[in-house]
Amino acid sequence: MTATDYSLAELCICAAAQAWRDDGEILATGITLIPRLAAGLAKLSLNKSLLLTDAECYLVAQPVPVGSRGSLAPVIEGWMPYARTFDVLWRGHRHAMVAPAQIDRFGQSNLSVIGQYEKPKAALLGVRGFPGNSIHHPNSYFVPNHSTRALVANEVDMVGGIGYNPARWPRGMKPLGLDLRLIVTDLAVLDFGGPSHQIRVRSLHPGITFDQVQDNTGFPLSRPQNTDITAAPTLEQLSIVREQLDPHGLRQSAFKGNPRGDRSA
Amino acid sequence: MLDKRMTLSEIVSCLRDGMTIGIGGWGARRKPMALVREILRSPLKDLTVVSYGGPDVGMLCAAGKLRKLIFGFVSLDLIALDAHFRAARQAGSFEAWEIDEGMLHWGLRAAAMRLPFLPTRVGLASDVVRFAKGLKSVRSPYDDGEELLAMPAIKLDAALLHVTEADARGNTVTLSPDPFFDDLFARSADAAYVTCDTLVETKDLCLPERARYNSFERSLVTGVAEVLGGAHPTASVPSYGIDVDHLNVYSAAATPEGWEQYCAQFVNLPDHASYLDAVGGIGRIRMISPPVF
Repeated sequence: MTATDYSLAELCICAAAQAWRDDGEILATGITLIPRLAAGLAKLSLNKSLLLTDAECYLVAQPVPVGSRGSLAPVIEGWMPYARTFDVLWRGHRHAMVAPAQIDRFGQSNLSVIGQYEKPKAALLGVRGFPGNSIHHPNSYFVPNHSTRALVANEVDMVGGIGYNPARWPRGMKPLGLDLRLIVTDLAVLDFGGPSHQIRVRSLHPGITFDQVQDNTGFPLSRPQNTDITAAPTLEQLSIVREQLDPHGLRQSAFKGNPRGDRSA
Repeated sequence: MLDKRMTLSEIVSCLRDGMTIGIGGWGARRKPMALVREILRSPLKDLTVVSYGGPDVGMLCAAGKLRKLIFGFVSLDLIALDAHFRAARQAGSFEAWEIDEGMLHWGLRAAAMRLPFLPTRVGLASDVVRFAKGLKSVRSPYDDGEELLAMPAIKLDAALLHVTEADARGNTVTLSPDPFFDDLFARSADAAYVTCDTLVETKDLCLPERARYNSFERSLVTGVAEVLGGAHPTASVPSYGIDVDHLNVYSAAATPEGWEQYCAQFVNLPDHASYLDAVGGIGRIRMISPPVF
């Protein structure tokens, strides 16, 4: 049954969980709160064969809740130190959802610097594993603040995660593992299903219009003939998120003011 | 009997200006911070540092010790960004060789195998190959003909590591849940120096029961120093977790005046015992729970 009272955070978690639905038995990695909760929800509802870690170095049979775990001791089903994580991702057996600072029309992503490489306006985390992830296995993105600062008009300031930009591909050939899937934002769910992988609006969050999404995006979006509305969470999904995955309600601070998921009211 | 015991200052006196130094651990986990503070107190300069970066990098940035940084990220884990690294990076005060963390792994692996490079796809089509100077690609000689990045060996003059326990001969056990890439740092360096929370007799390393915690062999180890709490404020699980309170104090000190005060309080001290006193004592450090991510 579909819920009527749910937050934007809960809507995004449920929409993002769809990313791993058809992935089979691979490692699901969600970095930052919403993607992590989404990966947990995917494992408990959409794709029970997923591998998940405790966000450190153990594979867990069930997703670990975020925040304090009290006396809960997760059932460990394997070991996944960083060295093995590289082995897994080079093999292609992983789908990560991460939260870059910038994404461009090719799906290229940046978590390194804003401004010039040599003397940036803002130094962020660094390139981390973006180049290796994006050239080896499927990737999706979460954008908490859909704006022209995040979804930029030109190329991102430093291309960490690679995208559908043949000009950068070695000898113009599409890299073997390049496979971008979803971009979940606070306004919509986007994918790469437009002509030549153009970024397309897959669904609009309830109460959001296509024009709102386009106005807050730095590049032209592909518009399908009939744009879906992002599905409201089911009661079952909400109970998993609220009771099992995020019992302390950390998701309430994911978006300023913890807005309602349906903004048509 | 082989005795590799050294003091912190003896270890740092083996390092030279301009050296390439690899620092083990990851982010705010199992960093040889007592050795880093010893470097801060020394006149060493123009260092090239290779690190899965945490406060080790931030502190060396703040102290102006870096000529070049080879890294994939700098993070304090539970605090996402390191304010000192950011300030130095934004000022352009060192050469940044920013590469994917898997490329870092591969570069150390190549050096460990005494190869000039190892092929990988990682980095291709990204700005890493534009901005990190000197990277070249190679064409597969087989039928596939694929173009691959030739990740050059990252050869280290010295590696600095922190482990849980060691003996005087340089045998080690690292009991923390993830050994990270300390083995590759040790293997790609001309000399590896190890600090440990506890120095024990060889039989008390409890091998073979703990053999899988022995990440590298003693022939790679040049010096060993017992430094209880030597990874503080980073974690050395199971002995202690990340001191987030201290990292907050450190993060708040990312101004010239703030850094000067931080050094007066926590760096420019006569010995490690004084440092432990300044941060609340080893009893307090041992009470810090392992991090929950």
